[in-house]
Amino acid sequence: MTTTASPGASSDKRVKETVEFAAQNPDVEQPFAELGLKHDEYLKIRDVLGRRPTSAELAMYSVMWSEHCSYKSSKVHLRKFGDNVTDDMKKNLLVGIGENAGVVDIGDGWAVTFKVESHNSPSYVEPYQGAATGVGGIVRDIISMGARPVAVMDQLRFGAIDHPDTARVLPGVVGGISGYGNSLGLPNIGGETVFDPSYQGNPLVNALAVGVLRHEDIRLANASGKGNKVVLFGARTGGDGIGGASILASESFDDSKPSKRPAVQVGDPFAEKVLIECCLELFHADTVEGIQDLGAAGISCATSELASNGDGGMHITLEDVLLRDPTLTPEEILMSESQERMMAVVRPDKLDEFLAITGKWEVEASVLGEVTDTGRLVIEWHGDVIVDVPPRSVAHDGPVYERPFETPSWTESTQKNTVAAAGLTKPATDDELRETVLTLAASPNLCSKDWITQQFDRYVQGNTALAFPDDAGVIRVDEQSGRGIALATDANGRYCFLDPAEGAKLALSEAHRNVATSGARPLAVTDCLNFGSPEDPEIMWQFAQTVEGLSSACLDFGIPVTGGNVSMYNQTGTTAILPTPVVGVLGVFDDVGRAIPSGWRLPGQTIYLLGTTGDELDGSAWADVVHGHLGGVPPRYRPEAERELAEILINASRDGMIDAAHDLSEGGLAQAIVESSLRWGAGARIWVTELLERDGIDLFTALFSESTARAIVAVPRSEEVRFSDMCTARGFPFVRIGMTDVGDEDHPNSLEFVDHFTIGLDELAQAHNGTLPHQFG
Amino acid sequence: MSARVAMATAAPLVGDRGDGGAIPGADALRVGVVQFPGTLDDRDALRAVTLSGAQAVPLWHGDDSLSDVDAVILPGGFSYGDYLRCGAIARFAPLMTAVVDAAKGGMPVLGICNGFQVLCESHLLPGALIRNDHQRFICRDQELVMENTDTTWTRDYSTGETITIPLKNGEGGFVADPATLDQLEDEGLVVARYHGFNPNGSQRDIAGITNARGNVVGLMPHPEHAVEAGFGTDSANGMRAGVDGQGFFTSALRSLLSA
Repeated sequence: MTTTASPGASSDKRVKETVEFAAQNPDVEQPFAELGLKHDEYLKIRDVLGRRPTSAELAMYSVMWSEHCSYKSSKVHLRKFGDNVTDDMKKNLLVGIGENAGVVDIGDGWAVTFKVESHNSPSYVEPYQGAATGVGGIVRDIISMGARPVAVMDQLRFGAIDHPDTARVLPGVVGGISGYGNSLGLPNIGGETVFDPSYQGNPLVNALAVGVLRHEDIRLANASGKGNKVVLFGARTGGDGIGGASILASESFDDSKPSKRPAVQVGDPFAEKVLIECCLELFHADTVEGIQDLGAAGISCATSELASNGDGGMHITLEDVLLRDPTLTPEEILMSESQERMMAVVRPDKLDEFLAITGKWEVEASVLGEVTDTGRLVIEWHGDVIVDVPPRSVAHDGPVYERPFETPSWTESTQKNTVAAAGLTKPATDDELRETVLTLAASPNLCSKDWITQQFDRYVQGNTALAFPDDAGVIRVDEQSGRGIALATDANGRYCFLDPAEGAKLALSEAHRNVATSGARPLAVTDCLNFGSPEDPEIMWQFAQTVEGLSSACLDFGIPVTGGNVSMYNQTGTTAILPTPVVGVLGVFDDVGRAIPSGWRLPGQTIYLLGTTGDELDGSAWADVVHGHLGGVPPRYRPEAERELAEILINASRDGMIDAAHDLSEGGLAQAIVESSLRWGAGARIWVTELLERDGIDLFTALFSESTARAIVAVPRSEEVRFSDMCTARGFPFVRIGMTDVGDEDHPNSLEFVDHFTIGLDELAQAHNGTLPHQFG
Repeated sequence: MSARVAMATAAPLVGDRGDGGAIPGADALRVGVVQFPGTLDDRDALRAVTLSGAQAVPLWHGDDSLSDVDAVILPGGFSYGDYLRCGAIARFAPLMTAVVDAAKGGMPVLGICNGFQVLCESHLLPGALIRNDHQRFICRDQELVMENTDTTWTRDYSTGETITIPLKNGEGGFVADPATLDQLEDEGLVVARYHGFNPNGSQRDIAGITNARGNVVGLMPHPEHAVEAGFGTDSANGMRAGVDGQGFFTSALRSLLSA
């Protein structure tokens, strides 16, 4: 829209699109559709305001009412997480869903805040910056709660490993996480990397951050106290990440402005690191009443959320925003997603101290305005009011859709197409079984991820007790007592495709099992739900089923969802990604000194398999790698067995009964033994006769079935009696399947399946470690 | 940790801190750790100093005074975002004037990773550190062979000893002109070399060097991340039980106490 200086204006920056002008000129045609708003949404805005919106207001509503910011398609379902919570589950919850991140009590006055969020589509457009700013955004969420960030993890999904575009996306994404995360001084302690053709045009980059704080230091995003100052600080606001606002800006008065700007935000980890330290000092000096990070929707989001969560009003002067590019229009400033910015609410008597601290860190700050009790968010631009809205209508009262959903037509035929029905050829001879073990160990999803994780700093801060490739990342929180936390995330998109509800339950089961395997007691859940288009009823059905499944599994395990994120529209044309609900579980240790690694080091320890194995190969890694088959139903969800297994693992670690523990998941028993052996290059002799007889299965099923609620442990001889007595007393199935063995002069260090086949550890390591370097150099 | 548990499992458990390497009589010594904007491993260096028995003193880049410290550590990180060149901006921090003067006067100064880069940019040590030859950041447990163990920071090691400490850098390739490299080797100024695997393309496998006086040492890997069992490198003693980095800190304290 054409913007010219009003007659008599002292500044050529003044715009025509003021609130007054909008009220007087109701019939101007507005580009709401180009901004992603539906016609009825536009009418609702006019209804809320009692007039047409100004272009600045339209900019704010369009970003805040987007799927990404408003959760308009998912909201009605997400309520289940809040509804399906018992008082017992809430007992450790200090802050729940709705704030920047949930906060959990871990004892001794310590609290932990953690959250996982998506940055999928930017990472496809510009892998390095997309992934980098994904890390930056989630870390700012953690700081906003008043916490010091202590670790990050990442959950990655790429297309086929050998697709040419994967060679562009993967190194860029890994480089971005490495470049940004390492520069923040945050250890990267775990994550997932999965390849599947369904992610080819829609790679997933989810990032998790965790922070620690004392109970009394919790900060919330609200603007309370009339007269308190609203301060924007951090990096300057630039033209990056504006996206749709360019439509509003396209006909602006000044054609000398830079015309091409990146739609993806550009990150500056140095600015973020300084911002972290600056914020922590601001908190420590008690100079902050409320705080909000600037992420999606930038100033639009921060002002409307702070105001609507507080006393309900705010008045700011937009020309006081410090700019990188002086030609930005007010609409662009409101929508800009420039990184490394925060907005704080500061008492007037604390303002000098606040600015002294930002000055010490050479962080730029500008006072934009103050909190009011008018119930209105008023934004001025060079003397004119360009925004005057009820902030709740922007931040919280966006559209809510009950989108139609229906069971996909293919569900039944897919579920009937089991491994048995498809007649998949199974390895029969010992040689074929040996080959299959090696093939799976080298397959893209089960191979060593060292090529990726070596690019991440796992040491910085000096508190990392466990990191990849162990089952969970473990961080010490209290240096005196050793109190600390464990974190693991999981999602098996193949299981979720076969049955979204069961798949979601299994994702929680596995993350829970991973945390318990490390020795920690699971406490809380975060999730990042990645799906295709909600406008497709079959995708919406997957989503609804997932939330249903996950919330009921939370009840089964007695741990609540504390926060998370939804990412929709991950699809290219009609091809949607596998439904991918990434589930993160947080656990607590009294002393991280008890943390148990996933592999054994010493010879002569007894290896036990905990749990029972059935014929559950539908959706398995074997069916995928060997046959490219996806059909049937996922392994059975067994919450009671999982909880009992967790108790055994937690007690065994606490009482020093085990030296290693590894959960069984993709690839089954064979892959677990491979990984435990390669952890420190110590082999094992495995005998399975007793297991086969007890469970009535063949060797192939024993090795590759993905039955749940199972783990292997290595028990020192001195602890065998105590350990087996505990399992017996608890009535949990356990069976001795082998002995750790590092070889000697006569026989090399190897993995021997007694009476069947042997694989030298060198050959095994070569297969397991070679895949990613071969592909990515 | 109870003795019973420690005995029950053959390997020392994580978090078994033991007595560490605290040096008797060192508690009067003050070791400063400089914080620049973008410094990351400062808290780790402070912890390493504390565990070695001395007082750890945080120093701010913008100050002029060294606050009466007896030794200075320039820790790892990305000072000023590594912009321009690693260490190139930090060199001009007000505190660095005092550090350079003190180093020339004989004060022990250790630069780790980014600190090594700052020492090179400050011309306290020769050469430069450039992007890893494989162009990627790398984090790994790295074996080193100790060479010059007569310096202030390495006297607790023996020449030829192999140690393992974490390495994590994106720009750790040590380079210098051939004459300088020859001189470093001829005069015995190489403190440690990479063993088994050169992780970053450093010329002649050089991981750390010293000045002729032996009071200024620059090292690319991170000894401060191998000082506490449970949080160090994997070692023969157990998972993350490696504490091979302690010697750098105890060496300096012993040197100061015997001076």
